[in-house]
Amino acid sequence: MDATTHSTTLIVLLLPFIAAVFAPALTRIFKHNTAWVLAIVPAVVFWHFFTFLPEIERGEVVTGGYQWIPAYRVNFSWFIDGLSLTFALLISGIGVLIVMYSGGYLKKHPQLGRFYSFILMFMGSMLGLVVADSFLMFFVFWELTSITSFLLIGFDHKREVSRRAALQALVVTGGGGLFLLAGMLLIWNVTGITELSLLLRADVALVDSPYYIAILVLVLGGAFTKSAQFPLHFWLPNAMEAPTPVSAYLHSATMVKAGVYLLMRMNPVLGDTAAWETVLPLFGGTTLIVGTLLAVRQTDMKLMLAYTTVSSLGLLVMLTGFGYEKAIEAAVLYLVAHSMFKGALFMVAGAIDHEAGTRDINKVGGLITAMPIVFGAAIASAISMAGLPPFFGFLAKEEIYAGLWHPGSWPLFFTLVAIVGNGLMFVIGFAVALKPFLGEKKSPTEHPHDGPVLLWLGPVVLAALSLLTAVFSGVVHRYISDPMSTAVAGEPVEVYISLIPPIGVPLLLSVITIVFGVVAYRNLERMRSAMATVLETIGWGPDRGFDQFIRGLVRMSFWFTQIVQPGRLEIYMKTTFIVLALCLLVPMFVYDELPAMPRFPHDMALYEMVIMAIAVVGLLAVIYAKNRLTAIVSLGIQGFAVALIFMLFGAPDLSFTQFMVETLSVVILALVMTRLRLTPTDHRSVGTRVIDMSISVVCATAFVLLLLNVTQLPFDQTLSDFFTRYSVPIANGGNIVNVILVDFRGTDTWGEIAVVLVAGLAILSLMRIRLRPAVPIASNDPVEEERR
Amino acid sequence: MRTLIFRTVAPYLTSLIVVFSVFVLLRGHNEPGGGFIGGLIAASAFAIYGIACGVSPVRRALYFHPMGIAGAGLTLGSLAGLLSVFERVPFMTGLWYYVPIFGQELVLSTVLLFDIGVYFVVLGSITSIALALEERSND
Repeated sequence: MDATTHSTTLIVLLLPFIAAVFAPALTRIFKHNTAWVLAIVPAVVFWHFFTFLPEIERGEVVTGGYQWIPAYRVNFSWFIDGLSLTFALLISGIGVLIVMYSGGYLKKHPQLGRFYSFILMFMGSMLGLVVADSFLMFFVFWELTSITSFLLIGFDHKREVSRRAALQALVVTGGGGLFLLAGMLLIWNVTGITELSLLLRADVALVDSPYYIAILVLVLGGAFTKSAQFPLHFWLPNAMEAPTPVSAYLHSATMVKAGVYLLMRMNPVLGDTAAWETVLPLFGGTTLIVGTLLAVRQTDMKLMLAYTTVSSLGLLVMLTGFGYEKAIEAAVLYLVAHSMFKGALFMVAGAIDHEAGTRDINKVGGLITAMPIVFGAAIASAISMAGLPPFFGFLAKEEIYAGLWHPGSWPLFFTLVAIVGNGLMFVIGFAVALKPFLGEKKSPTEHPHDGPVLLWLGPVVLAALSLLTAVFSGVVHRYISDPMSTAVAGEPVEVYISLIPPIGVPLLLSVITIVFGVVAYRNLERMRSAMATVLETIGWGPDRGFDQFIRGLVRMSFWFTQIVQPGRLEIYMKTTFIVLALCLLVPMFVYDELPAMPRFPHDMALYEMVIMAIAVVGLLAVIYAKNRLTAIVSLGIQGFAVALIFMLFGAPDLSFTQFMVETLSVVILALVMTRLRLTPTDHRSVGTRVIDMSISVVCATAFVLLLLNVTQLPFDQTLSDFFTRYSVPIANGGNIVNVILVDFRGTDTWGEIAVVLVAGLAILSLMRIRLRPAVPIASNDPVEEERR
Repeated sequence: MRTLIFRTVAPYLTSLIVVFSVFVLLRGHNEPGGGFIGGLIAASAFAIYGIACGVSPVRRALYFHPMGIAGAGLTLGSLAGLLSVFERVPFMTGLWYYVPIFGQELVLSTVLLFDIGVYFVVLGSITSIALALEERSND
């Protein structure tokens, strides 16, 4: 890769973010026609990645990057092989259509600019994710997609449901991201590798590592949350609260596929083990069936499509982990096919919602004459979704059966799962594409019509692509399917399937699926009511479980905070002193390090004894003081005595400071005490007094023992010698204490004065709060909050 | 506290103590003293003034809000550390300049500048706390 492509790739990766900054301003100028301007951004990205196709087709990989944090060997580096390239093309290609569609769908929306900003940021994160090479970059972009999708789902932030959906998606996918981070750190620890490309090329047997299961669980935790695998699927249907362009983009073609991308990426490294080939098909298969069954239950087109997306993701996970080469080919083909037909169908649902005013398939009908273009796109996409020729979905489905049909009960079981899943998706696809358009004409709005070109261009282009890719399957396989399957399988793979399928079991299974689908379609209403009854009987789902989990979390933190932070100064002080005493005493007893009994100094001068006596008298005065003010002043006596001792033993600076600190603390304490309007005398009960006294005696003993211990150790002169020797020559200062403070350890002092300042500010603001009339303080009790 | 004698003496006492605090600050590098202790002395001076004559005269005398003084001190301290950038040496490296003036040699250093910063932070923070407390004991 030459230098120009190198820097162009960086610019292309950053382009969506740059465009996101200018999107609001552009929207103010061009209104909804910004769509045409902003669509250039993904188009440029698409074109840039498109030029990599010949290189990728030859089996090469494109790598590049810049140093990011060289000290930790973290790079901002990309790595483009068949898998990344297909994803990048899907993201940017569908991105073009989505940007245009948004212009039509959110026409006249006051926050269109903000919407564009969010969706471009999301596009940039997603692109970064699929081309990321270093683990850290991968993780950063992974979490960025979670955050940007949070913004997009909660775009309609004034509605509570959409706020809840956004938060739910963030908690689930962001939490999964943490799993992924832990998994990647573990991989790094085991292999010492921080780049995906090196990991794929390196000859490390990660599967033989004792940490394999832990790595697997963590990576799957990330992938399953992102790709909405059962039982963590609930956030995806809820995310349908987002405007339809978001659903069409994030929840069909891009974000939810990030988890599948991760699994496909890791397949050569983590796959080919019993655990991988058991867990993935089981979770995927369950998700497939649960998703389709829940989709049958719905009448809202978007929700029907959302649940089938859940099941399609399940199918992809199942195929990725199935362990046969054909299954991987099938996953690749289905992923591409799904991005096209599901994106189109979501946009169709949005167009109907926009023009006819509802998404409920029971409330609209007969739109075929009013919306012929949309109908064409819808029916083509539904055929692709159902896996019928001549669309790309057909190739995918043939390959699915070829990949699953193997001798043995395990493959047979999953073949049955796939037949049921595909059959039900057939039903949903046609329900969405036919019900609103056929039958008796009804619609909540007066004159539904195809709408502006921006609204139908996306679905039409995608439907046409479904057809073209199937017709020219040879070219598609050569440039897309082969390189991508090779990347996923970790060894050269070639895909042959075309519109003329080989006669065999897969074709027979397709026919069975179609028959099952047609029968099920005729009984859709009956199935729906049956599903409704079943769900009502169960009465509990992961969605409610999520609420209960969050509520439990809030209550637990409240309960814990109540214990740790009861809000009584007395308890804090007691805890602090008890812990302090324990910290000092326990090690001394455990390690038998009690100091030797000190010798009474016989050479003590009289004035020294007098000063000691003053200190003791001061302390006694504190204890026997009649009121608090006297106690504070008496405490000052003791402080001054200590300052004198410092002076006598040759520490004038320390003594000086001690004098000032003592003076000021007496003044400030006295002022505080007068303000607090406490009763002037101590009114603790005898019991409390005894406890407090014991604590203080124990603490004091601990300190005495500590000091004796310290003084009995040989004194290390290194630092004193250093400072004495270098204070004048290096720092030009005779006063060692000051030189240490402002020069040798100046940065410490710098931090300390910042602390002094902040503490001052805090005290000041605390006092200011109390000046105002009493404001009711929130209790933060979750139970109380819920009642309100 | 507001005895006539105290009130009369306090302004003189305060100015004397403040001058003394500056003296302590400036001699600090070679003799006992320094910015921290100087700041404490100055703060106690203003506390005395406040107790004797009330808070508003002190605020008038200080002119700036004490917290502002503290902020300026921190800025000064940080600047003293950052000056080392121009000499391409690490942050907080002490720099010394000898300026000949009237045949004498004036010694300037970033260390002294930093110490002045410390002085202002301590003076400002403590004074603002003390003044806020005194204010409230009078209302």
